[in-house]
Amino acid sequence: MQEKKFMKGCEAVAEAAVRAGCRFYAGYPITPQNDVPEYFSRRMPQVGGVFLQGESEVASANMLLAAAASGTRAMTTSSSCGISLMSEAISWLAMHHLPAVIGNFQRGGPGIGSIQPSQQDYTQATKASGNGGFQMIVLAPSTLQEAADMTYEAFDLADKYSFPVLVLLDGFTGTMMEPVAMPEAKSDEEVAAIKASKTWVPRGREKDHTLHNITDGAPLQERNIREAEMYEAWKTTEVKWEEYLTEDAELIISGYGIAARIAKSVVNDLRKAGYKVGLIRPIRVNPFPAQAFEKLNYEKLRGILCTELSIPAQYAVDVRNVVHGRTPVGTALSSGGEIITADAIYEAAVEMYGKL
Amino acid sequence: MAKGKVEIDAEACKSCLFCIKTCPKNVLDITDAVNSKGYQYVVPVNAEECIGCAMCATICPDAAITVYR
Amino acid sequence: MEIVYKKPSNLSETQPNNFCPGCMHSTAWKLIGEVLDEMELTEKCVWIAGVGCVANAHRYIELDQFNQPHGRACAGASAFKRCNPDTFLFTYQGDGDLAAIGLGETISAANRGDNFTVIFINNGIYGMTGGQMAPTTLIGSKTTTTPFGRTAGEHGYPIHMCELLNTLQAPSYIARCTTADVPNVRKTKNCIRKAFQNQLDGKGFSFVEIISNCPTNWGMTPLESLDYIHDVVLKEFELGEFRCR
Repeated sequence: MQEKKFMKGCEAVAEAAVRAGCRFYAGYPITPQNDVPEYFSRRMPQVGGVFLQGESEVASANMLLAAAASGTRAMTTSSSCGISLMSEAISWLAMHHLPAVIGNFQRGGPGIGSIQPSQQDYTQATKASGNGGFQMIVLAPSTLQEAADMTYEAFDLADKYSFPVLVLLDGFTGTMMEPVAMPEAKSDEEVAAIKASKTWVPRGREKDHTLHNITDGAPLQERNIREAEMYEAWKTTEVKWEEYLTEDAELIISGYGIAARIAKSVVNDLRKAGYKVGLIRPIRVNPFPAQAFEKLNYEKLRGILCTELSIPAQYAVDVRNVVHGRTPVGTALSSGGEIITADAIYEAAVEMYGKL
Repeated sequence: MAKGKVEIDAEACKSCLFCIKTCPKNVLDITDAVNSKGYQYVVPVNAEECIGCAMCATICPDAAITVYR
Repeated sequence: MEIVYKKPSNLSETQPNNFCPGCMHSTAWKLIGEVLDEMELTEKCVWIAGVGCVANAHRYIELDQFNQPHGRACAGASAFKRCNPDTFLFTYQGDGDLAAIGLGETISAANRGDNFTVIFINNGIYGMTGGQMAPTTLIGSKTTTTPFGRTAGEHGYPIHMCELLNTLQAPSYIARCTTADVPNVRKTKNCIRKAFQNQLDGKGFSFVEIISNCPTNWGMTPLESLDYIHDVVLKEFELGEFRCR
C-alpha cells in the first residue's frame, strides 16, 4: 500500500500538481491559500520549474495564460475575491483554448468577505468564471486525498480538452491536515513529452504555428457553437458523483465539497436513528450530475435537503432545476465563513423527513 | 541616366505624402490616378532626378517603396 | 542597379496593412521587421500583442504571436520567457495599454528585469476606441474625453515612462525615439537593434518608446502630425537613451 503523508490541504494540492507535471505556478498572496505559493516557491527549483509571485491576481492569471501558451503545464490558485480578479485571464484561456489549472480556496463573501471557509462562489465557478459564457470542468474535492487526486487529474483534463479546468476547494480543505497518499510523479521525460506534444505553441515562424485572437464575428460564432457542443458532450462523458445509501432512501441530503463531507456523517447518524437517508455528492459540479437525480424514485421520496456554505443557496438552485418539482427541495445553509454544523443538517433533515 | 530608381507599390500607398516632403530631389508627387482603395498613390514624376538615397523609402510607413542605386 | 531598400520579409505581400494613412504604427513595424531580418530573428521570434490599434495589422505582420488582455503583455511575457527562455520575445503595446491599464504589469516586469523587449508606441491618445485621453496626452490637448483640453488640475500631467522606468535598478536598456523624420527613423532602428541585442545577450528587460502619431484622432493630415510631433510633442518628451548597459 502506498505510503501516506500527513499534509496540509494547500501543500497536498501543490505537491500533486508538481507530480502531474506542473512546471509553472504564479500566484498572489491571499488567505487562506498562502501555503500554495509558499510551497511552490520551495518546490519548483527542485524540478526545474518556474515560480513567479505576481504583482496581483490579475497579473498572476495573465502569467498563467502565457505559461499555458508556452506549452508548460501551469497552475494558479487564489481565493474568492482573488479569483474574481483572475476572471479576465480565465476567459482568455477559454478564448485561446489553452490548458491550465486554477484552484479556488473559497472564503466568505461578497467583497473581501472573511478569510473563513465558504462555498459562495458556486455559481461563478460553474456558470460564469469570466465574460463570454464559457464553461469549465469544475472538480469539487471533499477530502485532502481527493484534493490531491483531483488536482493531478485536472492537468490531464485540461490537456484533453485544451481548456482551463477549475478545482473548487474551500478554506477548510486548504488549511486542515490529513494523511494523503500522493499520486505518482511524472518523470522529467514525461513532462518534456507533454510539452513537446503541444504543436500549437508559438515557437517562431520556422515552426509555422501561430495563435490568433479571433475577433471576427463569424469565426467566433462558429467556435462558440463548437464549444457549446463540447460542454454538452461533457454532460455524458465527464459527469462524476458519489451515491451513498441512496437505494432505499426516502430523504436525500445533497451537497458538494466540505458540506458533503459533514453531510455524510449526518447520514450515518440518521441511519442509526432509523431514518432512511442517503447522500448524493457531485464529485464534479460542472458538468452537473443531473443523472444522479434522474435515477431517484420520486414516488417514495420525501424530499431532498441541499446543504452548502452559501446564503442564499446556489447549489440548491441547480438541484431544483433538475428535480423540476417532483419532490420538495429544502436547504440547510451557512455563509460568510460560518461552517454549517452536523447538528444543523441533522435537525433540518429530521424536520423534512417527518414521521418515522 | 538617373543614379537611382524607385518602384512604388501603388496598392500599398496610402497617400500620406511623407515621401514627397522628404525627397531632396522632388522626384515624387501624386497625380489624378487612384488605387483600388481610392488613395491618390505617389508616382516618380521626375524619375531622372532620383539619386537612390532611399530617404523616401525610409520614411514611408507602409514599406511601399523599393529603391535601387 | 542594386536594391538599396526593400520591404522586410516579415510584412505580408497579400494581407492588408489596415493602419490609417500616415500612421507610424506602420513605420514601427517596418523597422522591427527590418531589424529582425538583419539579425536573422524573423523565423525564431514570438511577439505578444497588446490591445488596441495593433489588432489592425496582425495578419499583415507575418510573425508568430499571441495576444494578452489589455495591459497584461508584460506579465505574460515574463511568464512565457521564463518557461521558454530560448524564444526571442517582444511585446508591442500602445500608451493606453502599457501606461494606463497595464502600468502595474509594465513596472513590475521591468523591476524583475525579465529578459524580453518592449516596443512602446506613444501617440498620446487611445486610437482604436476613438481618440480618448491617454496617460500620455499633452496638457491642453482636446480628446473625446477631454473636450475642453487636458488640464493638470483635473487630469494630472502626461506620464513619462522612460523616466519612470529609469528609477528602477533592473532594466538593461531604456530609450525614447521617434519616427517623425528620416534621421530619427534611423536612430529608432538602432535603438530597436540594441534592445534586441540586449535580450540576446541575456541582459534583461529592454524598453524602446517610440513617439508616434495618430493623424485620424489628432484631426490632422499625416504631414501636419509630423510637424506637431516636432513643434509640440518633443518639447514634452525628451528623446535619447536613458540607459544602455
